[in-house]
Amino acid sequence: MYSEKVIEHFSNPRNVGEIPDADGVGEIGNQVCGDITKIFIKVEDNVIKDIKFKTFGCGAAIASGSMLTEMAKGKTIEEALQITNKHVADMLGGLPPQKMHCSNLAADALYKAIEDYKSRQAG
Amino acid sequence: MRRVYFDHGVTTPLDPAVLEEMLPFLKEQFGNPSSFHWFGRPVRKAVEEAREKVAAAIGADPKEIVFTSGGTESVNIAIAGAVTANRNKGNHIITCTVEHHCSLNTCKGLARQGYEVTFVPVDSCGMVNVEQIASAITDRTILINIMHANNEVGTIQPVAEIGRLARERGIIFHTDACASFGKIPVNVEEMGADLLSVSAHKVYGPKGCGALYIRKGTRWSPVFHGGAQERLRRSGTENVPGIVGFGKAAEMAAAGLEEESARLKVLRDRVIRGVLGRFEHVQLTGHPEKRLPNHASFCFKFIEGESMLLSLDMQGVAASSGSACTAGSMEPSHVLTSMGISPVDAYGSLMVTLGKGNSEEEVDYFLETLEPIVKKLREMSPLCAFDHCETEEACISCTARK
Repeated sequence: MYSEKVIEHFSNPRNVGEIPDADGVGEIGNQVCGDITKIFIKVEDNVIKDIKFKTFGCGAAIASGSMLTEMAKGKTIEEALQITNKHVADMLGGLPPQKMHCSNLAADALYKAIEDYKSRQAG
Repeated sequence: MRRVYFDHGVTTPLDPAVLEEMLPFLKEQFGNPSSFHWFGRPVRKAVEEAREKVAAAIGADPKEIVFTSGGTESVNIAIAGAVTANRNKGNHIITCTVEHHCSLNTCKGLARQGYEVTFVPVDSCGMVNVEQIASAITDRTILINIMHANNEVGTIQPVAEIGRLARERGIIFHTDACASFGKIPVNVEEMGADLLSVSAHKVYGPKGCGALYIRKGTRWSPVFHGGAQERLRRSGTENVPGIVGFGKAAEMAAAGLEEESARLKVLRDRVIRGVLGRFEHVQLTGHPEKRLPNHASFCFKFIEGESMLLSLDMQGVAASSGSACTAGSMEPSHVLTSMGISPVDAYGSLMVTLGKGNSEEEVDYFLETLEPIVKKLREMSPLCAFDHCETEEACISCTARK
């Protein structure tokens, strides 16, 4: 059902946790399957220096959060905004179709975190 | 890696003795039981012997047993056959909200065809109230369809009372006994069932075989049409190896029921005590006492069932979940939400169904394995701060995360 990459990220998820003094926090929940992903980012000179995630969800949700954080770390805000849920799924070697829309929420949560970061900057 | 199978509610391994009975009918005994010649006759004999064994296991007459492809077919044709045959009497069906999908979806399909269906609710233990069923009866009611025991939470329904009620009102009563058969006594007379469904692969028999009990005199119409098999009640060439295997499995299940149930109950209680004793924020789902002897089910707050299952699987433990994200449905379990459990808590369901060969050591291994899994998944969960702790600051030291 899951690719080896998904299982690997599920077993050893990277960047799990919270950033207490995060510059941006974003959370996305899926009403259908109940999964929730929360992303914390720390930004320096427009670059995502640190990123952490927390997930309430299935294997796909956890692996997606883990992969997304690996993909986004070290990227500029603009580069990070180019990451899509599809990119995350592709990097994981694919996800079952029903999981794409249900559990692969990580990129959307990142957008929200960046939105939060930008609003804090503006405020 | 150690392998522990705690998913007997979903399916059971084929018993070697059952396989032995089946083998001749997968090899040299290939005759069609409907054939009159020398090749068909011994096969017919074997089918009829299996029918006697299945009938004996549920207290029925062999003539009242119809072999099917499994529990789903039995339930489907039980309901469809009963309402079709009794359409002139009425169009009202009573069922309950925690039925297996093979019942629920059949009833929902019939509702789309113009039948009226009352879905009686259950209490927080998953139990129906017989008085609520009684008050749902109208002069148009033709079928009461209530499962014997719930496959997801193990709750045993008061079927004997429901059977009496149905009999008094002249209404056909079907019960899905797929989850209960082989675990607790299933007797069609004591239950007052007119129709009863069972499946072979839940009792160490083969997959692809089940039976429908149809009480003599019950107005019921066949759904499958074709040849004259199963006394015209279920056409199609019989699954002979499956039927022979089912006969043996049913015989063995009935013979060992009391002893095995008592053994499983001890193990089940060890699972329940172990889980409730080790973990905070866990709820036992289903009835605390009126539950299947091999069934332990829980909702773990703040974590999702599939993640628990995947993690357990990596340690060699096979269990189940009614969780949204397990293969198939994305919705939270209809059984758990019907019992008043919130969708978010329902996502954290874990089912342990024990069977032959399971031991105390395996239960202890499961408990030891589960502990770090729950800890890790809770540490990853963003829910805790919002569901359990009043503030994020409080959440940092929350016991649910430790």
